[in-house]
Amino acid sequence: MDLALAPETLARWQFGITTVYHFLFVPLTISLAALTAGLQTAWVRTEKEKYLRATKFWGKLFLINIAMGVVTGIVQEFQFGMNWSDYSRFVGDVFGAPLAFEALIAFFFESTFIGLWIFGWDKLPKKIHLACIWMVSIGTLLSAYFILAANSWMQHPVGYRINEAKGRAELTDFWLVLTQNTTLNQVFHSFSAAFLTGGAFMVGIAAFHLLRKEHIPVMRTSLRLGLVTVAVGGLLTAVSGDTLGKVMYEQQPMKMAAAEALWDGEQPAPFSVFAYGDVDKGHNKVALEIPGLLSFLAHSDFESYVPGINDTNKALQEKFGPGDYKPIVPVAYWGFRWMIGFGMASLSIGLLGLWLTRKKFLLPAAWRTGEDEVPHLVLFRNPLRPRLTRLYWLAAVWTMAFPLIANSWAGSSPRWAASRGSSTACSRRGTRSPPVSPRPRSSPR
Amino acid sequence: MAALGGRCDLRRLPEWYATLFSGFYLPLLLILVCLIVRGVAFEYRAKRPEEHWQRNWETAIFWTSLLPAFLWGVAFGNIVHGVKIDQDFNYAGGVLDLLNSYALLGGLVTLALFTFHGTVFVGLKTVGEIRERARQLALRVGVVTALLAVVFLLWTQFDRGDGASLVAAVAAVASLLVALVAARAGREGWAFALSGLTIVATVAMLFLTLFPNVMPSTLNPEWSLTVTNASSSPYTLKIMTWCAVIATPIVMLYQGWTYWVFRKRIGTQHIAELVH
Repeated sequence: MDLALAPETLARWQFGITTVYHFLFVPLTISLAALTAGLQTAWVRTEKEKYLRATKFWGKLFLINIAMGVVTGIVQEFQFGMNWSDYSRFVGDVFGAPLAFEALIAFFFESTFIGLWIFGWDKLPKKIHLACIWMVSIGTLLSAYFILAANSWMQHPVGYRINEAKGRAELTDFWLVLTQNTTLNQVFHSFSAAFLTGGAFMVGIAAFHLLRKEHIPVMRTSLRLGLVTVAVGGLLTAVSGDTLGKVMYEQQPMKMAAAEALWDGEQPAPFSVFAYGDVDKGHNKVALEIPGLLSFLAHSDFESYVPGINDTNKALQEKFGPGDYKPIVPVAYWGFRWMIGFGMASLSIGLLGLWLTRKKFLLPAAWRTGEDEVPHLVLFRNPLRPRLTRLYWLAAVWTMAFPLIANSWAGSSPRWAASRGSSTACSRRGTRSPPVSPRPRSSPR
Repeated sequence: MAALGGRCDLRRLPEWYATLFSGFYLPLLLILVCLIVRGVAFEYRAKRPEEHWQRNWETAIFWTSLLPAFLWGVAFGNIVHGVKIDQDFNYAGGVLDLLNSYALLGGLVTLALFTFHGTVFVGLKTVGEIRERARQLALRVGVVTALLAVVFLLWTQFDRGDGASLVAAVAAVASLLVALVAARAGREGWAFALSGLTIVATVAMLFLTLFPNVMPSTLNPEWSLTVTNASSSPYTLKIMTWCAVIATPIVMLYQGWTYWVFRKRIGTQHIAELVH
């Protein structure tokens, strides 16, 4: 079944493509809902015109994107039955519960209040209308939580038993599925990454308009809000990425070994900056490494042992019988790096921007600007030269794409790694697992 | 909503969902494409003022709404009629097997019924000329719906019906006829409630004829999907029932509130304020 046009290969590609496409919209709308709600709150409290215009502007972008998010999510929904029906038979009993909760508690809630918010501007009292967009935001977060619980179960199945007679996994402890540390860490990482994404989106569009000196009061406010969101979201993404990584070293050693292209276990293990290797023979030809760092990332200790791909493969063979449990190492390795690289690039541009556009504190009085002026970018005591200023604005425009790229790799690569490791582990009747994890309608990472 | 139907299948009846969605691959693909285009069309239509932009999205909305309404009926018709399910609960037939006359009639019934329901709703929510046109259209569509529904329900009843299904079928036809009378009299509220009841009764009738099957096999009755062999485990069903018992009233409460907020009829004079 390794043929390029075998049905299973095509189904895997389809799953990967539709999932990544869906996931462009998911993190964006999770954060834009909250940011729009924040802006509307500012309007209700201060009654300033710029906040109202910002609310309408970002609200419109939120709606356009969530329309895409919903319809691309239906594809996720359908393909579980259409392409992966054996998989659905096997996990349906476990998946049923979180997905039922998602629909009844989150999805109806979210979609009803979106309708009220869109059409309720003139029909509802101001504060109730504001409450509607907050309900939408809560709905998106809840929805993501339940989907991530289902996804975490795929990564690390808990609270189930195998019913041999029916040939399927059956749920035994729903609470455990909702609160296992994989779920909690994934939720933390996905939510913070969602805010990094939405913040960068805001920064990019605001920078674009400021560069062209349009809609200045609205875009000034949006730029600052976006920059703060990028900084907070980005830092939390880094922290949660670290804790999630530690959980994975424990639960999915193959995934992390592949993400690091660590072929053989080492003590202490180095972090790979660049590697190029021979996948068939199972070793790296070129490797640029930082000694001990991987041990630290895995176990908070520069000296500890980290198992490699070959060791883990052997351990899995002993546990589950013969077979190759290796994922596609280059995809996992480079995907992991693109994810971190683009995410952190966006964070750096955001932190830099936060400093360059600082307002009162530490900014010489001469360079302070009014509401309807494009802010000066002041590095030390004087503004940047025009060319550098323009360069920063352009970088800020481009940063809008960075988290989206990072998310796409986050969604695709470690999942390739995961698919053969853990899902095979939970299936004993040879049920095929999808190439990447499920993400119906709205779910991060 | 259609998508939600799919999700509920997965939850309560994983086997059914698996057989249905993989077996009816091409029709479902078509429905999927329609749902995507339609969802995007609603959001994008008013985003630009050009006439051709809006007209194109309107055409898209028309066809992508019409097709799923028809195809769901075809799918339902096949579910009730039974399809070639093998011993592994996999669909063993082809696409053309799904286009039998009973299923096609089922498609026409859902299409007509949903159109009737929709026109009655338009009449309920509008004023002036639109309301009058909706009323006249509802009458014409309603008569066609009644004819199709009577033939389809009779066919189903003779095919595999029992006492309970007969009651549901009579309820469906009766509420449809009263809905027609109400629509004619300009009592759209009643007409809408009754056309809704018709849909509920029709679906109930179909499942009553099926019970305890949820999808009979035409190859061998032993290979039929039933409520027992296709359902989730008792523990999962219990959790989902509790969730539904607690959440559904809350959902109905806030959806009821939504209807209250938007209770007023609208006309063309209100359109300007909807465009931000």
